[in-house]
Amino acid sequence: MSVAGINVLVDETRARMAAAAPPLLSVRNVSAYYGSIRALKGVDIDVNEGEIVALIGANGAGKSTLMMTIFGQPQAREGTITFAGQDITRLPTHEIARLNLAQSPEGRRIFSRMTVRENLQMGAAVNGGKHFAEDLERMCTLFPRLAERIDQRGGTMSGGEQQMLAIARALMSRPRLLMLDEPSLGLAPLVVKQIFAAVRDLNRRDGLTVFIVEQNAYHALKLAHRGYVMVTGSVTMSGTGQALLDDPQVKAAYLEGGQH
Amino acid sequence: MANTSTLGPIAPAMTRPTGTAFPALLKDAALFALVTLGLSIPVVAYRTDLGQGTGLELTARWGLVASLCLAVFVLRLAQRLILGEVSRRRDARIRARADASAVAAPKALRPGRALGSLTLAVALTLPALAALGSGGLSEGRYWIDLGILILTYVMLGWGLNIVVGLAGLLDLGYVAFYAVGAYSYALLSTVFGLSFWICLPLAGLFAAAFGILLGFPVLRLRGDYLAIVTLAFGEIIRLVLINWVDFSGGSAGISSIPRASFFGIPFTKGEGGFADLFGLSFSPMHRVIFLYYLILVLALITNVVTLRMRRLPLGRAWEALREDEIACRSLGIDTTITKLTAFALGAMFAGFAGSFFAVRQGFVSPESFNFLESAIILAIVVLGGMGSQIGVVIAAIVMVGAPELLRNLGFLKAVFGQGFDPSEYRLLLFGLAMVAMMVWRPRGLISERHPSVRLSEAKR
Repeated sequence: MSVAGINVLVDETRARMAAAAPPLLSVRNVSAYYGSIRALKGVDIDVNEGEIVALIGANGAGKSTLMMTIFGQPQAREGTITFAGQDITRLPTHEIARLNLAQSPEGRRIFSRMTVRENLQMGAAVNGGKHFAEDLERMCTLFPRLAERIDQRGGTMSGGEQQMLAIARALMSRPRLLMLDEPSLGLAPLVVKQIFAAVRDLNRRDGLTVFIVEQNAYHALKLAHRGYVMVTGSVTMSGTGQALLDDPQVKAAYLEGGQH
Repeated sequence: MANTSTLGPIAPAMTRPTGTAFPALLKDAALFALVTLGLSIPVVAYRTDLGQGTGLELTARWGLVASLCLAVFVLRLAQRLILGEVSRRRDARIRARADASAVAAPKALRPGRALGSLTLAVALTLPALAALGSGGLSEGRYWIDLGILILTYVMLGWGLNIVVGLAGLLDLGYVAFYAVGAYSYALLSTVFGLSFWICLPLAGLFAAAFGILLGFPVLRLRGDYLAIVTLAFGEIIRLVLINWVDFSGGSAGISSIPRASFFGIPFTKGEGGFADLFGLSFSPMHRVIFLYYLILVLALITNVVTLRMRRLPLGRAWEALREDEIACRSLGIDTTITKLTAFALGAMFAGFAGSFFAVRQGFVSPESFNFLESAIILAIVVLGGMGSQIGVVIAAIVMVGAPELLRNLGFLKAVFGQGFDPSEYRLLLFGLAMVAMMVWRPRGLISERHPSVRLSEAKR
């Protein structure tokens, strides 16, 4: 049996096991507002342990808003968000971040005047830097480019390197769930491939659960076990990554450009 | 970038736009002089005086016009030459930096250390230097007093650096905490008769409490809005001190504040005084020198605490907060606590400095805590390079020492006439220095930020 075959098997087994257990992250009927504008209209999303879940949609569909609402900013006005059995709907952002839930925010938001190492230290701040050396080693293996630039200021690196740093920084807290907001934004196709490969690795090897928000629907759905499609604040479609890729509507709207 | 030679003959012209030939510079300067001539003919060339009768008399001043034109010519020429040289050096530096590997670069950035040791050595031996330089301890008093003044501002600069430089919270009302510290000591000592050594920590605590008080309403503000509120806070404290006469004595202030003692031993003449106990002959200078070392120690404590804090998670959180508040929060940092501690700690050091100010002056009034003080302290931090410790020292020396220097420029009276008072030009020079800084060193004198951890330390 080929390596790819084994991987598929692993994925399928994991998916079956996950379906039995309660979801790691569950978003139930969540609405969020910017002032009086309703940005999320009763969204339901589940992320099971060990899965990669992608959320795709056009500009302004509310993908990033959902991501930020899970992180408590803005807080959901209706509905509940549960993470690992705990209701996090009303928690402030920094307390959510201390619950093994890490985020690589939109636009990367690395600390540009601090070095790569200091950025990673900030990521480890949640667990008090207990296993910092070990985790640093792990990040340097995952993204060798960061090892080369360890004492360089974050702001002087290329976009791709900054994205790697943002992901590595999020991973430093040893999260159970990694949330990525538009990791491919503004990056060269080759770099996007590298980053997605790293995410796939993390999932297969370490069993990391990943929730990814993307405009780059093709790459995201290729990577994901399951996917959701969001249109103007509501989830309109869901299914396995492959099923969504094959869906004629998704194809028309997000893969071949155009009708939306 | 590193390989400009392959670009052929265009390259030198591109990388050196200001390095033009000398005749062209002469022509340019001459043009400037010509414009000056044109401008000065109607304005400067003739002066009208009251004549013998009722009419006006014209006095020709062609010499003045000529010297003006010459001055403009020389200045313009110098400016072009210096600017050309500066930009050439900058290009060379950029090229050199691009050639060097990026990883090796941070290791070379340690010019501050030698400068810091030198400054510290001078600061520690200043009373001796002053005595040697002016031929006696009492004669050197001027220099020691100036040293105390500069160190006070260094301490205030370092304190504000925590808030502005590290945490990135623009605070225009910092002098309020200085005032709180000064009035804490003044009131506690005159009303309750507490000694300086008890009041000093109390003053720090009060100021820190006011820091938190200011911190709460401004938690959600950033940038300009934060600056406006802190500015208002500084004014509110000052106006309260002026108007709450029963409490603070109003604009008359509080006088006859007890002087500092040497840990309980007063600096007085005769039995039981400092000189008597230590078998020295009495000199008023003992107290001045004691005050000098007191502020030096206080300032150094501020510095050490700041440097230590930078390596602790909290200090690093301040810096991260300055960079990106949203990212901080998503990494689990409680921004409320982080901001409040920055305000409180910065205010505490201002409180210490304030109570030192009160004990040195023996008199406090709201006059000493106006907005200009805040502006000067902020200017020290900004000119020094935000977040740089040695930069603050240099800027404090320049900002506080330069006006003193102006006072000693009496010989300029011979040039500009008897009515000329150089210290009146203080604010003008201040403004010029600011403009020059913004043009040439917009990020402050010492703009490099040292990483708080580096390779050798991380592999403990």
